[in-house]
Amino acid sequence: MAITKKDVEHVAVLARLALSEQEIKLYTEQMANILSYVEKLRALDTRVVESTAYTTSTNTVFRKDEMKPSLPQEGILSNAPEKAKGCFKVPRIIE
Amino acid sequence: MELYNLTIHELHERLKKKELSSLELTDAFLKRINAVEGKIKAYITITKEDAVKQAKEADKRIAAGMDVTPLTGVPISVKDIFCTKGILTTCASKILNNFIPPYDAAVIKKLKDAGAVILGKNNMDEFAMGSSTENSAYFTTKNPWDLERVPGGSSGGSAASVAADECAASIGTDTGGSIRQPASCCGIVGLKPTYGRVSRYGMIAFASSLDQAGPLTKDVKDCAIMLNAMAGYDSQDSTSIDAPVPDYTKVLTKDVKGLKIGIPKEYFIKGLDSDVEKAVKQAIEVLKKQGASVVDVSLPHTDYAIAVYYLVATAEASSNLARYDGVKFGYRVKESKNLIDMYCKTRDEGFGPEVKRRIMLGTYSLSAGYYEAYYKKASYVRILIKRDFEEAFKKCDVILTPTSPTPAFKIGEKTSDPLTMYLSDIFTISCNLAGIPGISLPCGFTKNNLPIGLQILGKPLDEETVLKTAYAYEQATEWHKKRAVV
Amino acid sequence: MSYEAVIGLEVHSQLLTNSKVFCGCSTKFGAEANTQVCPVCLGMPGTLPVLNKTAVEYAVKMALATHCKVNDKSIFARKNYFYPDLPKGYQISQYNEPLTQKGYIDIQVNGAEKRIGITRIHMEEDAGKLLHGESYEDADSSFVDLNRAGVPLIEIVSEPDIRTSDEAVEYLKALRDILVYLEICDGNMEEGSFRCDANVSVRPVGQKEFGTKAELKNMNSFRFIQKAIEYEINRQIEVIEDGGKVIQETRLFDSDKGITVSMRSKEEAHDYRYFPEPDLLPLQIDETWIEEIKRTLPELPAEKRERFVKEYDIPSYDAGVLTATKELANYYEDCVKKYEGQGPAPAGFKQGAKGKGQEILPPKVVSNWIMGELLRLLKEDGKDIAQPSAFSIQPSVFVKLLNMVDAGTINLKTAKEVFEEVYKTGKNPESIVKGKGLVQVSDEGALIKVIDDMLAASPKELADYKAGKEKLFSFFIGQTMKATKGQANPQMLNKLLQERLAK
Repeated sequence: MAITKKDVEHVAVLARLALSEQEIKLYTEQMANILSYVEKLRALDTRVVESTAYTTSTNTVFRKDEMKPSLPQEGILSNAPEKAKGCFKVPRIIE
Repeated sequence: MELYNLTIHELHERLKKKELSSLELTDAFLKRINAVEGKIKAYITITKEDAVKQAKEADKRIAAGMDVTPLTGVPISVKDIFCTKGILTTCASKILNNFIPPYDAAVIKKLKDAGAVILGKNNMDEFAMGSSTENSAYFTTKNPWDLERVPGGSSGGSAASVAADECAASIGTDTGGSIRQPASCCGIVGLKPTYGRVSRYGMIAFASSLDQAGPLTKDVKDCAIMLNAMAGYDSQDSTSIDAPVPDYTKVLTKDVKGLKIGIPKEYFIKGLDSDVEKAVKQAIEVLKKQGASVVDVSLPHTDYAIAVYYLVATAEASSNLARYDGVKFGYRVKESKNLIDMYCKTRDEGFGPEVKRRIMLGTYSLSAGYYEAYYKKASYVRILIKRDFEEAFKKCDVILTPTSPTPAFKIGEKTSDPLTMYLSDIFTISCNLAGIPGISLPCGFTKNNLPIGLQILGKPLDEETVLKTAYAYEQATEWHKKRAVV
Repeated sequence: MSYEAVIGLEVHSQLLTNSKVFCGCSTKFGAEANTQVCPVCLGMPGTLPVLNKTAVEYAVKMALATHCKVNDKSIFARKNYFYPDLPKGYQISQYNEPLTQKGYIDIQVNGAEKRIGITRIHMEEDAGKLLHGESYEDADSSFVDLNRAGVPLIEIVSEPDIRTSDEAVEYLKALRDILVYLEICDGNMEEGSFRCDANVSVRPVGQKEFGTKAELKNMNSFRFIQKAIEYEINRQIEVIEDGGKVIQETRLFDSDKGITVSMRSKEEAHDYRYFPEPDLLPLQIDETWIEEIKRTLPELPAEKRERFVKEYDIPSYDAGVLTATKELANYYEDCVKKYEGQGPAPAGFKQGAKGKGQEILPPKVVSNWIMGELLRLLKEDGKDIAQPSAFSIQPSVFVKLLNMVDAGTINLKTAKEVFEEVYKTGKNPESIVKGKGLVQVSDEGALIKVIDDMLAASPKELADYKAGKEKLFSFFIGQTMKATKGQANPQMLNKLLQERLAK
């Protein structure tokens, strides 16, 4: 299951990273290295524990359905790179 | 002895007796920072004004004799991974180079409530990904014992600030050793509590199922004092444990008679620095002399820990770091053609190489066709690792190991090969995967005068025994009294 | 060749909790942009979700109402994708181990019952809203409002058991009725609290394998859903008949043109990279809690319909109309109880009888009035029959009017006019009748005089009648009614006219 340059390019799209050619090349190499290192997991028999993916035995907690004050709009938008009309402003979406 | 050399409990005695005001003390630390920070570079942000204000508040509390805790008026620093209301919080990333949180992390709130004075925000590896602070988007912190070496990481700024006396204590986070390894490198005490012991709310997530906050201090007693203030259930964190918090300073009795110490053979392997091995073996002898007994234990899946860690942690990270997209906060690229272009460029420019590498690896291990083989398989092996510890702890009360196979390495020494860098976390990672508590404390120095760390691991929620063992060892030795000369 | 469609529906419904699913922000619709947002639902660094217990309870209610199995342990998962309305870059949802699965509901289509399987119901959080268009004149930008981000949703996924657009709509209506009955969702499609995506494929009749499906989105009314599905079925059949292949894709319904349009995306197919949400531990729902929730379940539409037919002996059509909303059904029952509670009907009780003294039972009388009069008026006014305020006529007032008909004080025709007046003005029916002099002519002497005058004025018709043209009887009734402005007691008129004509 060697990772290819094409795989890395695909993953970069999924991860929304505009990697340069150089980065793609470097990451392909390094990821291949790391992935070949983790191959050792395959040999392990894990059938005895395959009932849960959680390491904790506790269950989730709940909160009551009670309203709490939200932040004021200016607080919500205060860190926004761009804002207008009480909203976060983002570049046009091309589908 | 200068004021800034003192421990929390020593400072507390003086503050309580009003021999010293918090304002004077804070001033002394700010002066110390001024004097050595140019060499050490432990802080991303120094919050002088807030610190002075907090010191004045603390002095009022002390004067009134109201709500005085062992931390009231004590100047500390915090890793720049904790959100601080109104104060720049960068996580050492360019992508958060302008982020001002409108809230305090739960731990920050607790420390403030206890009356601690916060001097500033410490440098770290970007998003806590690294073992050296070389992955900080801003600068590399220097090891106070040898300025050409790394302070360890990711809480390297925190560890260095404590070791260089730029604060009385600090707090960091530990996902795979990020408190213990820099504590070891810098010759101080660092504790990673049981997963869920300390609230994660407001602590910027790297790998949610592994991250845990903890103290970095000058001695074990300070560590207990800090943990007292930090630990406890938080209804804002669903993974926080609802269990009573004991007074951790109460167990520091030096009495370890009857204590059973487990020594895992898998941790004394090839590649272990001979000075490190010698120091740890001597430490075992010290504890034996005090009445502890030693048993051999086995943690058979140790060899898989790094593989598991780098799949689980990167997968969670790839998802946790998706929110940095240039929409709501943080960095956004100036020019973009459209939304997707904005996303891709913002993230490419905003994240450093190690963070991108881990996002890539994590995204890959979760992606269609690979999930079962990588992420899921790793999750299962993680359970096996946890079971190793459960088995081992049937035979012993604590497990003793080196914290790191080698002392602090040279800046630039390991940056070219990520896998080699990852392998240096070999002794600290299992503890996070199993969710158990672990401490690192000084147990000697190498021939080159670099600190060596001793790691003590405990049962879940049994920080008391971990601290007790550490204290007994520390009080029988002189290592903790040595200070780096900057 | 003839084809059949295979349709599966995915319904997202917002739960009517006070606060969002993982934080305390309000869920109220229509607030100013980004005023119901906090660090948690904004996905700010370090913030963490904590699950709203009521949201879970509501989801379990829906599961029980749709005969689903509630899993004692379910897992939240992260669904990873980038979109500006998704603040964390992932949606907290459920994937491999959902809250509940394997249920069904029964629907009525053209008089026949059909069972539609429910694959699963899982919990998730809603996304925010993207605004663009004319009111946001900046064509190069979109604007993000996160008020809706984090509102609790349940996604109800049906089995591909649906074959026609009619079935799809009936299924959706039935689902919505249940949600509204349970008071866990307001069912408002325009505001987006009840949304539906449809997976549609076609196959030659008799073929077992499914064809390639298209996912239809952007349909915000039952009418649009019907249209979109119909269009899509025909489109796919045409593609196949033309020798083409249906492509698996997402298609948006264009309501102006009534067509579905491919949402061609430049990127490859989504890869959501689901994995267990590490910030939330497994959701455990024990038997006791389920039992507790079960006890709070109200009577559901189907059960109520059945009971109405049995208990009130009304046609199943009536029962269906009357149980359209809980409020209407309650109103109906209140009126029937008041009406029946008066003991045996008065002697002259023949209200609404067609022809020869055929008696109609009180529940049907009330049903006729509500279906025929009240619902017509409410519809004309555009009133929402899911609101108790629509039923402003007190049951006691309603019954008083019926009593006046039964007592012969007014006839049916007058009663309908009075009813409308009561509806519009809120006045007491008795005072309306008195005020307008609408009291029925039940005085034998007076009525005989009117009949005689009428007969005298119609000599030709009278002669024809006597010659055997018995159909003219209704002509005489009509004439007399006209002369009394419709206020003649019909039974009495009938009797007296027969007597006069027999002379």
